Amino acid sequence: MPAKSATRVMHVLRNDQLASKQKLRLMRLKAHHFLFGFNERKGLFLTFIIYLLLLGIGFVYLYPILYMFITSIKSLNDLLDMAINWIPSSVYLDNYRQAYTVLNLRPALLGSMQIALFPTLLQVAISSIVGYGFARFSFPFKKLWFGLMIFSFIIPPQILMMPTYRLFSDLGLTGSLSAFTIPALLGQGLNSTIFILIFYQFFKQTPKSLYEAAEVDGANQLVSFFKIAVPMAVPAFIVAFLFSFVWYWNETYLTTLYLTSSSTDITTILIQLQQFESNYETLYPVAEAGPNRINEGIKMAGTVISILPLLIIYFFLQRYFVESVDNTGITGE
Amino acid sequence: MKIKRETLYGYLFILPWLMGFIGLVLYPMIQSFYFSLNDMRITPHGLQFVYVGFNNFLNVWLQDMFFIQELLAFAVDTLIRVPVIVVFALIIAMLLNQDVKFKGLFRTIFFLPVIVASGPVISQLVDQGATAIPMLNQDVIMSILNSLFPTWFAGVLSDLFNQIITILWYSGVQILLFLAALQKIDPNLYEAAKIDGGSSWECFWKITLPTIKPLILINLVYTLVSLANSGQNPIIDLIYANMFNATRGYGFASAMAWMYAVIISLMLILIFLLFREKKSKRIN
Repeated sequence: MPAKSATRVMHVLRNDQLASKQKLRLMRLKAHHFLFGFNERKGLFLTFIIYLLLLGIGFVYLYPILYMFITSIKSLNDLLDMAINWIPSSVYLDNYRQAYTVLNLRPALLGSMQIALFPTLLQVAISSIVGYGFARFSFPFKKLWFGLMIFSFIIPPQILMMPTYRLFSDLGLTGSLSAFTIPALLGQGLNSTIFILIFYQFFKQTPKSLYEAAEVDGANQLVSFFKIAVPMAVPAFIVAFLFSFVWYWNETYLTTLYLTSSSTDITTILIQLQQFESNYETLYPVAEAGPNRINEGIKMAGTVISILPLLIIYFFLQRYFVESVDNTGITGE
Repeated sequence: MKIKRETLYGYLFILPWLMGFIGLVLYPMIQSFYFSLNDMRITPHGLQFVYVGFNNFLNVWLQDMFFIQELLAFAVDTLIRVPVIVVFALIIAMLLNQDVKFKGLFRTIFFLPVIVASGPVISQLVDQGATAIPMLNQDVIMSILNSLFPTWFAGVLSDLFNQIITILWYSGVQILLFLAALQKIDPNLYEAAKIDGGSSWECFWKITLPTIKPLILINLVYTLVSLANSGQNPIIDLIYANMFNATRGYGFASAMAWMYAVIISLMLILIFLLFREKKSKRIN
């Protein structure tokens, strides 16, 4: 492209029929188009700004992760050495070994997996059913229920926290997985409203004639839900699954409430991360000026471990995640 | 009277949610309001209720010295953060919607916060100073701001600079929503505008913004709700602490939660009033 423009510029300059004033005007116009764009084409200036912003903001997002990773492989000497900033003198994996024990990783990972996976499966299934109900049928008080559903997302959970906590402890649910699966089963899981809305939006878009055709062929409502609606909503299911999994994995508020205040064996990685420092001190008692002090490297190693499973899942499923924007009716209109 | 089949099926499908709503939202709400009117003590004989009327509500304002303080800090913080997050999200979504090279890579990076951002992780990062941009010379910025603005506003602005990464990290879902909306705008609209001589700048104000206006409202609400309910919020810690406090207990904490809810609702109403669709001005 630049070569082509250059020859064009030469062409203009060599043209004897144009006065020098006209030449200048043409040149300026061309330069202006090149820099600021013309019609559909973006100019160099705008392109430059777009890339600059993208790279800059991208860096802002990557910076904490890079920092976290680099710090986690620094030894104590490297941490104290002011000269070493980005490239540690050696890859020091002892931080990870310590973080592994401090995080109590094996049970914590198991707990996190359970708490993220089972409620997510239930939540996605129930949200799709409820979303279908709202999208497909018209029934009395539908508007009221729909409004109340959105309302239940907006009210602060603190109001519901105490009575729910009491209810659950009366029923003996605290400290067990049921404290998470039962609300999910009843469509009141973490951010359930958002998932119901996603499915509602999605099922609204499928043409009604499909269902009518199935009904003519004698399918009842359940059959047409499982045989027509569900297979068509696969992208919505993937998005809902991803979001729900991530949100349950990252949840600390409810897990702290239900799991730490009662005696239970279930623990999650993020609860362990919250208690990282105190756990560390009980595991490695601090001798006066001894070498066992907790340092940034170990803390960061713990943080890296806690987000690693999500990063791996994201790495494999990010295509769906990123594409989901294009093809799910994620925005309610 | 015969119930219509459609009604039956509709209720059948939403039944799980309906049960959940009554059992896990409506009933706890009523109960929580009842708690807040009582002085609740945990005694060896079980829970004791003493009806105290609206005393708990009064005490929240008059006796708790932290509540008002934290509430003010939260209100100022939110009023600044919510618009900043939404504007940033819109800018980023528009950037990602451009036809650029490595679009997939950029999107992958920009959606990272949705995956990674969680309470303990962010607080660890903030503790380590990983969320402040080291290249910016804080002192220079501070002195410039101080010379341009009154002190309190300069303080707010420099706070904003310090939290810029945290703020960006809270905007993952909002970017997603905006991006989805931007992609639904018919490209023909822009083409028609370009033919009529509209610049990109005009297109943004006349086409993009009006089309995604409902999404702006949704994003504002989402941002406010997620900020208000996040575990990093000191007021929530306060409620939580009062819940297990021997001298105050459930009743007091419930009253505090209700007051907090009222404040959040007021903020939501404010947003709705600012962004509601003005019916008379709409063309369609």
